Amino acid sequence: MADQTLDAKGLNCPLPILKAKKALTALPAGATLEVLATDPGAVKDFAAFSRTTGHELVEQSVEGNVYRFVLKRKA
Amino acid sequence: MADDSGTKSMSIIVTKGTLDWAYPPMILSTTAAAMGLNVTLFFTFYGLTLLLKDPKLRMSPLGNPAMKMPMMGAHMGMPNVMSMIPGVDAGATAMMRDMMKKKGVATFEELRSLALESDVRMIACQMTMDLFEYTMDDMIPGIELGGAATYIEVATQSDINLFI
Repeated sequence: MADQTLDAKGLNCPLPILKAKKALTALPAGATLEVLATDPGAVKDFAAFSRTTGHELVEQSVEGNVYRFVLKRKA
Repeated sequence: MADDSGTKSMSIIVTKGTLDWAYPPMILSTTAAAMGLNVTLFFTFYGLTLLLKDPKLRMSPLGNPAMKMPMMGAHMGMPNVMSMIPGVDAGATAMMRDMMKKKGVATFEELRSLALESDVRMIACQMTMDLFEYTMDDMIPGIELGGAATYIEVATQSDINLFI
């Protein structure tokens, strides 16, 4: 279980990333954030976000039209 | 701007003030800021419109053959002559806003607030302010004034420089 969940379903680029960044900033280092999104572009975008920022993308899955990402706040 | 910590940076010259063209600089600047970049936007000519307190952004299909709106399963462009009819531009603008809302696209004002919140530096071109007779009272708070040299200094220290 992630420490916090962000429901970004129905939101389009770049809102899932912006909201995820905001939520991550409020978390302590090492805590995990689960993001749920329906924007198919989020798959590539969260990977790029993770590589650039250093917040690790520890899990990724898809169920129906909902994409799930788990990010770990960097130290 | 670049600093010793290795933080990346981006600058964008923003020259357009229609509803459609208002999006790319706001999307890129908010996303870059979220990814840890220092971002500076320099607003000049019609781009200055984007800094108005009440920008009332509109768009026109006139002279824009690429603007094809989805309509009953097809994509429809609009002949230039139609744009001369009063209300057609307003209608196209309303249609675009409606489409954006349905597709979960942020409003321009929402993105602009997010940009300011994430410390995107916004510089209004002093010369264009004078030219179009705007004062800082017309503009949103949190912005600054500057000229070409101010921008060039930022650009020499930025990793990414764009013109939109």
